Amino acid sequence: MREISVQTLSDTVRALYLTANYQIGKDIESAVEEAEKKEASPIGKSVLCQLCENYKIAREESVAICQDTGMAILFMDIGQEVHFTGGDFEEAVQDGVRRAYRDGYLRKSIVNDPVFERKNTGDNTPAVLHLRIVPGDKVHILAVAKGFGSENMSAVKMCTPSEGEAGIRDFIIDTARKAGPNPCPPMIIGVGVGGSFETAALMAKRMTARPVGTHNPNPRYAKLERDALEAINRLGIGPAGIGGTTTALAVNIDYAPTHIASMPVAVNICCHAARHADGLI
Amino acid sequence: MSEYHLKLPLSAQDVQLLRAGDTVYLTGPLLTGRDAAHKRLIQLLDEGKPLPVDIRGQAIYYVGPAPASPGHAVGSAGPTTSYRMDAYTPRLLSLGLNCMIGKGRRSDAVRQAMQEYGAVYLGAVGGAAALIARSIVSSEVLAYPDLGTEAIHRFTVKDFPAIVLMDAHGGNLYESGPEAYRREAGQP
Repeated sequence: MREISVQTLSDTVRALYLTANYQIGKDIESAVEEAEKKEASPIGKSVLCQLCENYKIAREESVAICQDTGMAILFMDIGQEVHFTGGDFEEAVQDGVRRAYRDGYLRKSIVNDPVFERKNTGDNTPAVLHLRIVPGDKVHILAVAKGFGSENMSAVKMCTPSEGEAGIRDFIIDTARKAGPNPCPPMIIGVGVGGSFETAALMAKRMTARPVGTHNPNPRYAKLERDALEAINRLGIGPAGIGGTTTALAVNIDYAPTHIASMPVAVNICCHAARHADGLI
Repeated sequence: MSEYHLKLPLSAQDVQLLRAGDTVYLTGPLLTGRDAAHKRLIQLLDEGKPLPVDIRGQAIYYVGPAPASPGHAVGSAGPTTSYRMDAYTPRLLSLGLNCMIGKGRRSDAVRQAMQEYGAVYLGAVGGAAALIARSIVSSEVLAYPDLGTEAIHRFTVKDFPAIVLMDAHGGNLYESGPEAYRREAGQP
C-alpha cells in the first residue's frame, strides 16, 4: 500500500493544466512546422506561420495558447495499491483545476445547466473525470483542456458490420468535410471504433491526445489512419479553412471488441491546439 | 486580392470595397459579443426595449477573451465559431451592424442579409489567440458584466489582422479558397 496525499494530487493537476494551456506539445509544433514547408497555398502557409508564432508567444510569456482554455477532462489510471489520504479525492482534483484556471488567467468556460440556466460556474469546474484502476502503486494523469469549437464538430455513428472498413473511413472523412473551417483546422482527429456507444466516444477522446506521428500498432488500423488522413488532406479545406493542402495533422484510431450486431464509430475533432499534459505520481 | 489598412468603424464605402480574400488591418474601436450576449440583445428587441450599446455602423468580434494577466490589456483573444450567432445575426444586420469578425461558415440567411443591408464578415485566425491579443490595445466592459468573458466589451485595436471571408456581394472565401486545392476521388 502506498499513501498519496490528495494535496499532492491536487497540486499535480494544477501544474498540468498550466503546462497544457501555455505549452503546446513538441509533436504538434513540429507537425505544424513541417506542414508549413509542404503547404501548397501561400495564404495557408501564412496561417501555419502564425500558429507557430502563437505557440512561441504562449510558451515564452506564459499566456493561454487559445482563449478557449477548454473544459478540463482528466484520464486517471490509479494503481490499486494506492491509498489517497488527507481528504476527498474528487474535490482535490476539482480544486486543482479551479486553482489552475484562477491562478493562470485561464478562461472559465463551464455553465451549470446545459439548457435552461446556463450560468457560468466561475471557476471552470466541474472537470470531467475518467478513472481506471490498474495494477501497481502509481497514479498516471492525462490532463486534457478541450476546446469546444472543435468538440461541436464531433460525431458518433452506430455502423452496421456490413459497412466494414469503407464505412469507417467514409464516416471519418465526412465528419471532417462537414466540420470544414469551423474547428480551426489543421485538425487532430481522434477515432474510437468498436466497444459500445460510450466507449467508442471515450476512445476517440483519448486518441485526440495520442502524439502526432505515432500510429496504431495494428497495421490494418494504421493503414486506415493513413488512408483517412490522406483523403482529408485532399478535401482542400486547408489551414483556417480558407484553402490548402493541410486540413488535418493526424487521424488517430483506437479500437475495441464489440457486439456481433454493431460497429460503433466515434470521431472526436480537435483543433490544432490539442492541449494536454501528463504526469505520474 | 488586395490589402487595406482601415479605420473602425467601417464606412459604407469600406464595406462595399472589400472582397472575399482581401487582407485587412483594422484600427479603432469594436464591440465583442458571443452566444449569451446575442441572446440577451435579441430578447430586448423582442420586448421592444432599447439595446445597451449602439450597434449601428459598428463591428462586432465574436470572442470570449481569457482574463488579462498583469501588464496586458486583455488575455488571449481569438475568434469563436460564428455559426452559433447565425440565428440572431440577420436582425442585428437589419439594425445597421456592418462588420462581423469570427471564424467558420455562416447560414444562407446571414449571407443574404449581408448583401441586403451591406455588411462584411471577416476572419481572424482561430487558435492564434495570444498573437491576436497583441493588436488589442484596450478593453472595457460596456454591458452584461455578469456574463464574465461573454460580456459585451469595447476593444480598441491597432492593425488587427483579418481576412475577408464573406463580402457584401456574395463572395465567399470558404467556397473559392478550398476549390483550388480540392483533390477528391472522381475529380480531375
